[in-house]
Amino acid sequence: MAVQAQALRKGFDVTPVLKEAGIAAFLTAALTIGLVGFETADFGSGLTYTTRFGAVAWAIVIVSLGRAALALIRAGQALSALVGSLVAASAWTLVLLTIEPDSPLVWLRPFSHPIVNWTVVIAALIVALRAVVALRRHKTAVTMSERDQAMDRVGAGIQQVARWVGPLLAVFALALPFLPFFDNQRMIGVATVILIYVMLGWGLNIVVGLAGLLDLGYVAFYAVGAYSYGLLAQYLGFSFWICLPFAGLMAATFGVLLGFPVLRLRGDYLAIVTLGFGEIIRIVLLNWWWFTGGPNGIQSIPRPSFFGLPFTASPPEGTESFNTFFGLEFSSIHRIIFLYYLILVLALITNAFTLRVRRLPLGRAWEALREDEIACRALGINPTNTKLTAFALGAMFGGFAGSFFAARNGFVSPEGFTFIISATILLIVVLGGMGSQLGVVLASVVFVSMTEFLRGFEQYRMLFFGAGLIAIMIWRPQGLLAHREPTIRLHSRADARALK
Amino acid sequence: MSDGLLAVPSGVRPLLTVEHLSMRFGGLVAVDDVSFVAGDGEITAIIGPNGAGKTTVFNCLTGFYKPTVGRLTLDGARGKFLLEQMAGFRIAQQAGLARTFQNIRLFPGMSVLENLIVAQHNKLMRASAFTIAGLLGLSVYRNAERAAVELARYWLDKVGLTAQADWTAGNLPYGGQRRLEIARAMCTGPILLCLDEPAAGLNPRESSELNALLLAIKQEQRIGILLIEHDMSVVMGISDHIVVLDYGRKISDGTPEEVRKDPAVIRAYLGEDERAELPPEVAADLAVAQDGRR
Repeated sequence: MAVQAQALRKGFDVTPVLKEAGIAAFLTAALTIGLVGFETADFGSGLTYTTRFGAVAWAIVIVSLGRAALALIRAGQALSALVGSLVAASAWTLVLLTIEPDSPLVWLRPFSHPIVNWTVVIAALIVALRAVVALRRHKTAVTMSERDQAMDRVGAGIQQVARWVGPLLAVFALALPFLPFFDNQRMIGVATVILIYVMLGWGLNIVVGLAGLLDLGYVAFYAVGAYSYGLLAQYLGFSFWICLPFAGLMAATFGVLLGFPVLRLRGDYLAIVTLGFGEIIRIVLLNWWWFTGGPNGIQSIPRPSFFGLPFTASPPEGTESFNTFFGLEFSSIHRIIFLYYLILVLALITNAFTLRVRRLPLGRAWEALREDEIACRALGINPTNTKLTAFALGAMFGGFAGSFFAARNGFVSPEGFTFIISATILLIVVLGGMGSQLGVVLASVVFVSMTEFLRGFEQYRMLFFGAGLIAIMIWRPQGLLAHREPTIRLHSRADARALK
Repeated sequence: MSDGLLAVPSGVRPLLTVEHLSMRFGGLVAVDDVSFVAGDGEITAIIGPNGAGKTTVFNCLTGFYKPTVGRLTLDGARGKFLLEQMAGFRIAQQAGLARTFQNIRLFPGMSVLENLIVAQHNKLMRASAFTIAGLLGLSVYRNAERAAVELARYWLDKVGLTAQADWTAGNLPYGGQRRLEIARAMCTGPILLCLDEPAAGLNPRESSELNALLLAIKQEQRIGILLIEHDMSVVMGISDHIVVLDYGRKISDGTPEEVRKDPAVIRAYLGEDERAELPPEVAADLAVAQDGRR
């Protein structure tokens, strides 16, 4: 009321603020009454439901207050919004910290899950931050283009920094198995999974980021690589090192196979066909049971050896294993470290290849194709070959990653190659910033560590990803670290500054 | 005005010969039995009112449409090619015909210099041994790339964009984008340059600069230029030969002087009986033309 009164004194019209808050309250009510208000519960005798209208009421109050605060900022009343949101945040924190679940005031804790409760505090702080920005800039709203420019400067800055952050990260990755805190099986395992996603992201970046072909079935190539190794090892007894190039070749062939029918398709249509392709591969693997093992997959795929030296505690008579050859005590972590380095090397090769090819005619033609296919044809660039090479090379790296996956797990089944993997890889590429190598690393680290370390919040994981994706689409549609540097310059940077 | 097929001044070698070109879209006849010749080292303009089929002729020449009927022969330094039988990208790659677009089609997210390097794709692709030599960083490729940058720099100097070479192409002002598109087409090393309304949206100073640029290209590169244009100061100022289309048919063909006086052209542009509303200079031309006929 005090806020309102102050506002009224300045001749400020409070109606639009109330209107916005009212609309937000109505929308929240419409969304939450059904989804939050009723909860099914098993009472032993049968399924029934309980109501949670308290939580619904809280949600409506919180959302409408937040909306009102944002509307106030836009109406030039940032100070009152700041004070209000800070008061709300601190009151909320106090409640969450002091009121025990058995206290009579427990009704003040609206939601049962601590994460949801704390999210409210965070949201209030974000509103406060927004108000501070508005106060400092003396502006009520930031236009879209201003924000784009600011974010692009951030992206450009990061790309500048990337020159030494990249190598630094590589050195960190090389030293990781020997660093304190990371030198245990679990952490190295997590790092290996991160690197698999980094490699898949970099591979998909060739197709999506550079050539601009939206591929929703990338998991198919991952599956082809994994099954190539699994099947060759099972039927022909080939070792990992022979199968690795073959798996890449196989995946590239499938890339071309997919590429041919979709040459004329763009955008949404291409996405649908690639999506279908991913499913076809999975369903074939599932139903071709006498060859691929069907839903059981392929068991006991041989693990890769260290250039012929297996990682076993007791090698057969007359042969040597990794630990006897190097005179080490047998430890299962040797293999885990070896696998970690293997995927690190594979990923770094992918990265080096992409960075290099971007500066070659082929890479430039991919980017030109993404920009304007008709102009490409008018310049005599063969669009068929250019697209097919993008599909083939992107698929090849997916195939390498797949055969590594099979070797690491020692087991593959169609269950591991569902659409959700394709979606995840695409998410990593899009969130990181299309065409940004460092962005892919950042997004993979965030994604995998959330999956690994937030196991307790399994139910909320997808919620966070969804929220993150929406936030990125609103504020940074190009992706977090997207900023394109020319692949070749006429003037050096210093000259360019002098010219300006 | 008989057949008009050989309306090229004697002494000029025909570079592009269009014979009986027709293009139908369902029941619509966009181009109806058009024949003309564009001479080597000449500027040939195709003019006509809106919807006369000019851009359709261009799209047939550059392989974007397959003509319903007709023979399109490009006979230049690279040999003789029947354009109507070639896939779109091969026309630019092998026959050496480069084009620009009415609504500019640059690679807007790439830099100005990159636009010009992409135009030299086929040459560089061979030099990089289809990427392998490039991946290995062999000197063959590095030298080829350096030469490509030099060629790009030459054309940047020509069109006055050297200072903006590292800009994102989409950030160039409109006139700059037009000139960059011409430079990009020239970087493919064409023997015939096709320009679709290069002066559209340019101010008078910019279009006189365009005239100078096109004349310089004609004189220094000794290639043929075919242009579609509405801006008469460009058409009349630089063309050696003009072809006039109306409703898909060729109605006139000749030197600028001849075309300017052709009653069929005047009728197509101005209608039958609107002489009273003519601008004075057109009225004067018309009077001269009629005197000549009398």
